[in-house]
Amino acid sequence: MANPGRTPITGRRVQLMATCLCDAFHDDVAAAAVEVLEHLGCDVAFPDGQTCCGQPAFNGGDWAASRRVVRHTVRTFRAPDPVVTPSGSCAAMVFHGAALEFENEPDLGEVEELGRRTWELADFIVNGLGVRSWPGRFDSAVALHRSCHSRGTGSAAAAALLIGSIAGVRLVEFGEGEQCCGFGGTFSVAFPHISAAMGDLKLEHVRAANPDVLVSGDMSCLMHLCGLAAREGSPLRAMHLAQVLRDSLKAAP
Amino acid sequence: MKKQPIDLFAAGLRAETRAAVYDGSKVSHEKRTKVLFDHYGDPDRLRALAGEIKQHVVENLDTYLPAAEARLAANGVRVHWAATAESACEAVHSILRARGATRLVKAKTMVSEEIGLDGYLRERGIESLETDLGEFVVQLDHDHPSHIIKPIAHKNRRQVAELFERNGLGAFDDDPRVITQRARRFLRHKYLEADAGLTGANFLVAESGRLVVVTNEGNSRFCLAATRCHIALVGIEKILPRDRDLALFLNLLARSATAQQLTVYNEFILGPRAAGQPDGPEETHVILVDNGRTDVLASSCRDILRCIRCGACLNVCPVYRQASGHAYRSVYPGPVGAVLSPLLLGRRFPEKADLPKASSLCGACNEVCPVDIPIPDLLLRLRDKAHVEGVPSPGTPPMGAWAVMATSPAAWKAALACGHILNHLPARLIPVPALRAWEARRELPPWRGGEFRKWLRNRRGPPMPGTG
Repeated sequence: MANPGRTPITGRRVQLMATCLCDAFHDDVAAAAVEVLEHLGCDVAFPDGQTCCGQPAFNGGDWAASRRVVRHTVRTFRAPDPVVTPSGSCAAMVFHGAALEFENEPDLGEVEELGRRTWELADFIVNGLGVRSWPGRFDSAVALHRSCHSRGTGSAAAAALLIGSIAGVRLVEFGEGEQCCGFGGTFSVAFPHISAAMGDLKLEHVRAANPDVLVSGDMSCLMHLCGLAAREGSPLRAMHLAQVLRDSLKAAP
Repeated sequence: MKKQPIDLFAAGLRAETRAAVYDGSKVSHEKRTKVLFDHYGDPDRLRALAGEIKQHVVENLDTYLPAAEARLAANGVRVHWAATAESACEAVHSILRARGATRLVKAKTMVSEEIGLDGYLRERGIESLETDLGEFVVQLDHDHPSHIIKPIAHKNRRQVAELFERNGLGAFDDDPRVITQRARRFLRHKYLEADAGLTGANFLVAESGRLVVVTNEGNSRFCLAATRCHIALVGIEKILPRDRDLALFLNLLARSATAQQLTVYNEFILGPRAAGQPDGPEETHVILVDNGRTDVLASSCRDILRCIRCGACLNVCPVYRQASGHAYRSVYPGPVGAVLSPLLLGRRFPEKADLPKASSLCGACNEVCPVDIPIPDLLLRLRDKAHVEGVPSPGTPPMGAWAVMATSPAAWKAALACGHILNHLPARLIPVPALRAWEARRELPPWRGGEFRKWLRNRRGPPMPGTG
């Protein structure tokens, strides 16, 4: 998977795709994304009709249902401004997955058009706006989980660059970093044993590196890992990268 | 609720087997990565190039296959076409029968597993002996290979030593050198007694009719040198256009499969023994096997026919590592198998429609594939195919109600508000099966539906009209 050839960023208006997980569970992550974008001088619009990117049904194999939701998303974000989302997974659904399930549909062009102006948050900040370092301070040993939907995209390197540039941050490596956390959307409930075994392995590697916090650009991975850790009675401190960027700003002198 | 068979298999896997599979895969993957990136500045460009060449072949098989056939014939090779597994087995049997052959030595070939050749020949009184060490162990144990390159990835050396002891190959000794020596001693004279040798082919070059067979044990060379009749089983997708393409493919295959610069033995076979040559077979037969491949070619997943059977996608796959190859109930396991195996079944696709579900779609398989097959995209296409054909899929939540909500902002907001009830319900009473399944293994975070929208409104006032 790779980012499509994208429309360069010219103005400062952006549309936030908050994601369904933030809408339902992780409101602070979406709020942090707004504050981070506003700090960069962006005028953040929130199209109120937004729901979900369509990925659950795409992933589960019900492409007809997924296409209905993607069409809703295309209509919701029809304004020409870039769409920014605090999720590598939802971004990849819009610029890659949706195009795949629309390959034989008459409105493929509209779907691809949305894909060309849809960005994962860190990718937007670094590769869209050209920001190379982040101000403020965040005194922590950070383990950065590279979510799988950032493979082949600009997101993983962008996240590492931003987080690594913050004063006080010490990035810690952990074993088998290229391996999946085991979430995988519908996989997490249809293959509970393998999903949990993969998650436990990830937790083992992360804990061995003894970070203060596990950071990712995707709440889905963190929800899975934190959910497993909490059930096992040893909660894991995890943050979305938007929260780290925002908290770093708040600590700025 | 019914369960996914691969998840059940993984849950029941013995710790010893899981350790053998996991540790072996991890080491193979790490060595592969090191070798590729140590030797090449940008291996991804090589993968992309190899992918383009194989995709070109796949899309032009109708010209390359007749070209290869003509070259093979000009080289003195007898070409047979086999549309099905049955006809491929028959072709082998009729070649052997015509020569009165009863003893066959075999080098490793996945196609022979695919067509069930071993059992077919045994029923007809022909001894067919595996000479690849891993395949020899599998045969001795009446087992099945669990990996494309490492047939006994699911066994450890203690189990092999016990197997040898049970079969009279020497008292228990699990020193790998001893195991190898014993197999070697047993096999060596078998080559000399055999009437015919059977191999696969890693590549068949269209412009020259050259067959290429690579092994690390030299057993294919013995199969060829010691017998008078060579039979090669070749899948129709094994074509490369030109001899010079071998430079790219042999380099990528060895590194991807076994982290070697080059496989130890590389056979380049142009046909039977020519006049004046001291050895080599008198007859060379190539059986070109379809067995469902043209159906794959006609499908939206034809990219999978690029596969050169290196096994790198298995080694990196987190699901394969947890489940082992046998979980896939197929000759071709792991990510490539999850695409290929159901497709090769043709109309019996539903029997293995669960395989494409056994993936977190993490994309690691695509990242390591030497021919850059977009395996996750193909798995997704097959999930759609299974859904369209109405194949039930245990554990996948139905998406109809969700799609209704996710296309109606009013219903969506109502659901966000109603979800707060989850914070007050015990897990077993959660009315959404997917969330209940989640809760079986993991804590669900507190429901905060609509809180972000509230925060935004408090900051900014009501949403602008016309924004959806």
